[in-house]
Amino acid sequence: MTAVPVPHRVVGRRRETGDTVTLRLEPVDTPLPDFVPGQFAMVHCFGRGEIPVSVSSVQATGGLAHTVRSVGAVSDGLCAARVGDVVGIRGPYGTSWELERARGQDVLVVAGGIGLAPLRPLILSALAEPEAYRRVNVLIGARTPDDLIARMEGESWATAYTGVTVDLPDAGWRGDVGVVTQLLGRPHFDPDDTTAFVCGPEPMIRATARELAHRGVPRDRIRVSLERNMRCATGHCGHCQLGPVLLCQAGAVVGWDLAEPLLSVREL
Amino acid sequence: MPPSIALRMNHALPHDHRERLLHVGREVSFPAGTRLFEEDRHADRFWIVRDGTAALDMQVPGRRTPVVETLGIGDLVGWSWLYEPYVWQLGAAAVTQLRAYEFDAVAVRLMCLDDPAFGQAVEHWVGRVLAHRLNAARARLVDLYGTYETKEPR
Repeated sequence: MTAVPVPHRVVGRRRETGDTVTLRLEPVDTPLPDFVPGQFAMVHCFGRGEIPVSVSSVQATGGLAHTVRSVGAVSDGLCAARVGDVVGIRGPYGTSWELERARGQDVLVVAGGIGLAPLRPLILSALAEPEAYRRVNVLIGARTPDDLIARMEGESWATAYTGVTVDLPDAGWRGDVGVVTQLLGRPHFDPDDTTAFVCGPEPMIRATARELAHRGVPRDRIRVSLERNMRCATGHCGHCQLGPVLLCQAGAVVGWDLAEPLLSVREL
Repeated sequence: MPPSIALRMNHALPHDHRERLLHVGREVSFPAGTRLFEEDRHADRFWIVRDGTAALDMQVPGRRTPVVETLGIGDLVGWSWLYEPYVWQLGAAAVTQLRAYEFDAVAVRLMCLDDPAFGQAVEHWVGRVLAHRLNAARARLVDLYGTYETKEPR
């Protein structure tokens, strides 16, 4: 791990949605340590600054990639990067999904919008070892069909069940309509023996985690990825503090047993 | 948002009431595309999905009929049968092959009148379904129209 951005060249660029791009990166010279699904990097757009971005692909399974949504100056710059451009990467930072804790269990992945990106390497890792996990179920929600990322790829995932729902269908949409929690009744999973992985907008995370807990999934086996203002990623600046924890160190992936009481405190 | 699992009939209704309700239900099957009911028509029955997906839609003059929500296994399809004026507020169609329990609205309302405890349980169940769907609709409103502050300055 380094505190200085390490130059990485953009070797692949895929437009996921109208405002979201996946950049595949290779080190210009010195490689970073291997990332684990769930961890994040500080991605530096030279001349603009840096932002925290979870890995959407790791070195071990297809090479390092980050999926970036254009929401500000830095992410605009990253989304505009072309093949051959150089960006800076610091990392790996933060906790992982800890998929290995789910071995022998049902795996339930619930993603909202671009929240599918950090879960993608977890899904691929779980599907790469079908004998290690009982059933892998994936539930995906998005605002509109155009906001769904990895649509073509998702169709090829050999899951026990993959459900997709949107808030606002278009004329061509033939799938489900509604919030993603409505899909929780579709897949078969044993709540007592399930590890769930949830990523998306915070209201969606809360609704999903509460529903899963109500269904009997142990709170410490509901892993959620929280987003806060991470500036240094090294536990020094305090911008990402959430109550007693610094999310860049104790997160961004935490158990719902830790997150639930913190997220219920107003203004925290 | 209230947990939806508690809204399924087998969770929401006590065993005795559930058995009584199922006793007056019948198993039906609809091919994909079948219209179950139409907006503004008399609500004379309701369904509980056993397998497949149903879509609720709303008429928009001069436009295609947009789907506002889809319902799946265990979900209640139709609530307007319980409340006057017993008129469907939305339309519904089978998205896929749909298997369901179908119930006659008049028969169930009479059972509710005849047995206040049964009636209270059914009204409580349907009320919770309505509350859940209202909350789900609100969540979608926030998702679609809520303002998300970016974490980085433009």
